[in-house]
Amino acid sequence: MLKLAVVAHETDNVATTVKDLKKGENVLMEIHGKGEVRVELQQDIPFGHKFAIEEIKNGDGILKYGEPIGHATEDIVAGAYVHVHNVVSDRGRGDIKEEK
Amino acid sequence: MKKLYGYRRPDGQVGVRNHLLVIPASVCASHVASKIADAVNGAVAIPNQQGCCELGPDFDVTHRTLVGFGKNPNVGAVLVIGLGCEGISTSDVAKEIAESGKRVEFLVIQENEGTINTESKGVRIAREMASDLGRMQKVEIDISEITLALECGGSDTTSGLAANPSLGYVSDKLVDAGGSVILSETTEFIGAEHLLAERAVTPEVADDIIRIVKRIEDKAKSIGVDLRDGQPTPGNIQGGLTTIEEKSLGCIYKGGSRPIQGVKEYGEIVDGKGLYIMDTPGQDIESITGMLAGGATVVIFSTGRGTPTGSPIAPVIKVIGNGDNYLRMKDNIDINAGAIMDGTETVAEVGERLYDEMLEVINGKYTKAESLNHKEFGIYKLSSTF
Repeated sequence: MLKLAVVAHETDNVATTVKDLKKGENVLMEIHGKGEVRVELQQDIPFGHKFAIEEIKNGDGILKYGEPIGHATEDIVAGAYVHVHNVVSDRGRGDIKEEK
Repeated sequence: MKKLYGYRRPDGQVGVRNHLLVIPASVCASHVASKIADAVNGAVAIPNQQGCCELGPDFDVTHRTLVGFGKNPNVGAVLVIGLGCEGISTSDVAKEIAESGKRVEFLVIQENEGTINTESKGVRIAREMASDLGRMQKVEIDISEITLALECGGSDTTSGLAANPSLGYVSDKLVDAGGSVILSETTEFIGAEHLLAERAVTPEVADDIIRIVKRIEDKAKSIGVDLRDGQPTPGNIQGGLTTIEEKSLGCIYKGGSRPIQGVKEYGEIVDGKGLYIMDTPGQDIESITGMLAGGATVVIFSTGRGTPTGSPIAPVIKVIGNGDNYLRMKDNIDINAGAIMDGTETVAEVGERLYDEMLEVINGKYTKAESLNHKEFGIYKLSSTF
């Protein structure tokens, strides 16, 4: 069976699709060190884009490759699209005052 | 083991190509340099846009890059063309390149009655040099004498999941064989620098890695904008990359897993074996230019969206992680790593194919960028000209 999505690391809370996927699809992922995870997609997710594989709270870190890639700007349910509309970077932010 | 052949230079270094390079000392000499190279088979000019009215670090970077290009082992002989009044000294550039033992000549436009006479003199010199280079024989070389530059660009999420891991496999294999590898693009270490620092051979090297990343991040912040205005690029975002951290974590996979021996400034010569980091921007052309000035002889360029970039003096091999985009950009891509995404091929399998392709290219096979005459060149700038 061809894979539909990839989870890069066992601690990740997002997966990356390997083909265009539709809302309502049930995606089964084999996560190294964690076993199988099944998620029902809440939206269409284009090839190469990400969806949450578990519930992510507003302000929580988005984890990919086992590392934070930014944080959520709203509550994100499992199966929802994760991209620039609900994630912001924590680095190179000259637009916000740094907390000392 | 496949036998490899290359050009042994007077200083003992090994080139995989045998270019006659025409170097304009400044932008004011670039047109004449290009006209000379166009007239002579085997000659190539670099379109230098700098070389005058630059201050401090920018002057040093330009000088180092021009000299480094001339000294690059893929270059067999050099003709330097200057206007005569620019900041970069034509004769100094020629003299420093000549330390490598290769033949170097120079001409100054203001001392040769202008464009027409300089061109005709230059063409005569270049024709004779090119003829000599043509007689040079390849000799057997060892893989450990290769310096590989790693680059990624036109990224999407397949870059970090497929193309870069396969390139990382090649990087590790070349390091294990005794070769040199350069990882660059400091902007694309942001968010992943702690993982690179853990691989440094000494605490000093680890500090250097953190320092260059902080320097570039502080520079972006000092403009008072969100780095996302430039990184990830609009195309990266369309390809699924959300933040610079995500891009960086994928990017560093191309550097494999071996220890990091040192950190070099932009265009500084990489004189050791193993994996090195060079401080370059994420912009592909400037990054590749810096690594070639540092002595790289082969470039492998990973992508997800596909890019056409080549170089005036080195073969650039393209590997793509996105199988659909491979079909769209086939004219420009040498190796398709797309099957890693759906699990029908492993990283090691694609890595082996990519490594074999590199050996073929070392032995003379033209990459797609080479056969299509892609010769991109650009020098990194820190501030404006004055």
